[in-house]
Amino acid sequence: MARKLPRRDVVIVGLGWTGSILANELTDEGLDVVAIERGPWRNTATDFNAGYMQDELRYAIRKDLFLRPAQNTLTFRNNIDQEALPVRDFGSFLPGNGVGGAGVHWNGQTWRFLPSDFRCRSHLVERYGAKIIPDELAIQDWGVTYEEMEPYYDKFEYLAGTSGKAGNINGKLQEGGNPFEGSRARDYPLPPLEMPYGPMLFAQGAREAGYHPFPQPASNASRNYTNPLGIEMGACSYCGFCERFGCANYSKASPQTTILPVLMRKPNFECRTNSEVVRINLDRLGTRATGVTYVDAQGQEWEQPGDLVLICAFILFNVHLMLVSGIGKPYDPKTATGAVGRNYAYQTFAKVEMFFDNKNFNPFISTGAMGQCIDDFNGDNFDHSSLGFVGGAGIMCAGTNARPILMRPTPPGTPRWGSTWKKATADNYLSSLYLNAQGSSYATRGNYLDLDPTYKDRLGRPLLRMTFDFPDNDIRMINYMADKAAGIGKHMNARQIVPHYQKKPYDVVPYQSTHNTGGAIMGSDPATSAVNKYLQSWDVPNVFVVGASAFPQNAGYNPNDTVCALAFKAADAIRTRYLKNEGPLVPA
Amino acid sequence: MKKISGSTLSRRQFLASTVVSISFASTPDALARSFSGQLPWSPFAADPPTPARPGPWLFFTHDEAQTIEAIVDRLIPGDDLSVGGKAAGCAVFIDRQLAGFFGSSERLYMKGPFVQGLPQQGLQSPILPSERYRAGIATLDDYCSKTFSGRTFPALAPKEQDEVLQGLEKGSIDLGDADAKTFFELVLQNTMEGFFADPIYGGNKDMASWKMIGFPGARYDYRDFVNKHNQRYPLPPVSIMGRDDWGGKG
Repeated sequence: MARKLPRRDVVIVGLGWTGSILANELTDEGLDVVAIERGPWRNTATDFNAGYMQDELRYAIRKDLFLRPAQNTLTFRNNIDQEALPVRDFGSFLPGNGVGGAGVHWNGQTWRFLPSDFRCRSHLVERYGAKIIPDELAIQDWGVTYEEMEPYYDKFEYLAGTSGKAGNINGKLQEGGNPFEGSRARDYPLPPLEMPYGPMLFAQGAREAGYHPFPQPASNASRNYTNPLGIEMGACSYCGFCERFGCANYSKASPQTTILPVLMRKPNFECRTNSEVVRINLDRLGTRATGVTYVDAQGQEWEQPGDLVLICAFILFNVHLMLVSGIGKPYDPKTATGAVGRNYAYQTFAKVEMFFDNKNFNPFISTGAMGQCIDDFNGDNFDHSSLGFVGGAGIMCAGTNARPILMRPTPPGTPRWGSTWKKATADNYLSSLYLNAQGSSYATRGNYLDLDPTYKDRLGRPLLRMTFDFPDNDIRMINYMADKAAGIGKHMNARQIVPHYQKKPYDVVPYQSTHNTGGAIMGSDPATSAVNKYLQSWDVPNVFVVGASAFPQNAGYNPNDTVCALAFKAADAIRTRYLKNEGPLVPA
Repeated sequence: MKKISGSTLSRRQFLASTVVSISFASTPDALARSFSGQLPWSPFAADPPTPARPGPWLFFTHDEAQTIEAIVDRLIPGDDLSVGGKAAGCAVFIDRQLAGFFGSSERLYMKGPFVQGLPQQGLQSPILPSERYRAGIATLDDYCSKTFSGRTFPALAPKEQDEVLQGLEKGSIDLGDADAKTFFELVLQNTMEGFFADPIYGGNKDMASWKMIGFPGARYDYRDFVNKHNQRYPLPPVSIMGRDDWGGKG
């Protein structure tokens, strides 16, 4: 039996990046905010310890900081003709858990999407005509423009101490930055990180090939930095333990290093940990949320009433909570109707390995987001009219680490064990590099999220079910990029260049990326989107659903800058508009 | 919306009600907590790793350990590049892992029904890693005994051992229910984990693998070297526990 708690102004589900941003903004507005987090409390001094954070087995292999499937997982199949089975151990993607969420273990790669990405369908139709878009794709516009997003991107990058070089300030191209990016109001708050040998060789090769290399924007502080909240970050030490690890050095932006020291001191904020929201409670008509019900780690069920409910969990669990709570109409792939679960998308990857003679790259000297990139083939930065695909990818030399359980490349044909394997491992560890193409993932009618009919979580709720495979369009696109990357590799004088192409079917076992997107997408039409341009539910206007769940499809970039910009945008809409007039911010 | 409602009251009520209750969390320390008004910090809240202790096998029987030691010594043979898998402690590493949460799949989703799936859906099996080792070793020794006139795996010549391991890897040797390929992949994965992980977990003795490849280990600051292109990093590796040559006696 649930015990009822006193009402709060705002109830936030999940205290990761978006929950922290919204909590800080809304407590500044004077609201009384409680955040309910399914995982434990975590902070730098206690949990990301410089004496033992460099533990690949514990954090990268046994995934100590991540959501454990025993607590919650999902089922997976490639298409509706297959039976979905549970993801018993996370592999392809690694959802976070605990205070800080995925903001604890990300790499810090901090990309804005292109202006054309936000008008994905309209832009392509205007430039090439409707026939350019393959029938299999269900790409949509975002209902928001880059120009509307710009101030919120800026806000996040200054909060996070992002290190980079602007390519376009107020419409003026800047030498050394990304010439393809949308116009920004000012440069990054910090200069780029130092460049190790490998990325420098890549930049030379890319320039020789006629492309436009620039340093990757990184929320790994290149200098000591004090952010607008007055929180101090320390300069990055290039330790090579970024992704899958917490930062012990206060260098990687996370809620812990950029928001929580201020937020936690506010008397009008409370965080409850090891407490998992079971559902959002709705009134009798189902058009207003009355709060949430959650279960704490001791098994006690609580009802937390609130006037405003912000769903700020990881994308998969945002969609899960909407489905189990009956918010919005579930998507049906047979009729392509319904909005919740629609347009689940991911990220495409191709990799080019390169083996060199007589080179030493010291690949362990690294950060999660350092490196050199080209954007010449991202989005619609290049002419697609005769290519047979839409979408694009960033191509980069941005090795994030050389932790040896997972990262010890050997040339193809090398056995996986024995003397020959050992010699090849010793010979190539310091002298190999890889290039990545990180590409767009475009939505289709058949890729979606719903509830599984068979498998249940530990609280008895149906697991989320993912139905996903790469569209042929995306396979053609990313493998074109693998060849482009290999072409740059030829300018770098490697002994051997080995492209790795993306194949179907999508496989949920090997790690690819935690850039899951969609399922509660934003848009201007309630028939084809779950939330409006302010991330407000069309169906239950006192619920906002914040995260990569709002992406109608994914662009060729890491999602977090856009995710956090959307959180600032939602916060702004709540502060300046919703509180004055509680109701739909966009007429349905 | 009314601003600043009764948060103090609710917090007090919440705390009072969570003091006495039954734990059903998967980890005993995972109590629900409430934090407000300050950045919480308490001494001794950190959770450092527990070093593997030398001593008797925790999971393997004596005979099982002999088989695993023989396997890891073929997967990683001793040569002029490094000591072999046995001397590096890979079998000890695996033993300690199987005795802990890894061996019992404690963190994984283990609810049924268990249905044979497609490869891209991942392993769908109720068999725990500890059970897979136990059955795999027994069946392997049985297979070797039948095939090599009474000799179990540790008694085979290195060349014969390599042929058996290749047979498991390719699936040409049938271990019946023990599923030769899945068993082999698990042993290979754990052996490499043990060889390349921090020595604190019982393998990678004297940081043998890190010396072999040139990985400096648990160092945390390379600012003075990031711009030194194409030069060998000069310092030797360190473990989370430091180095044997630190601190003189001890």
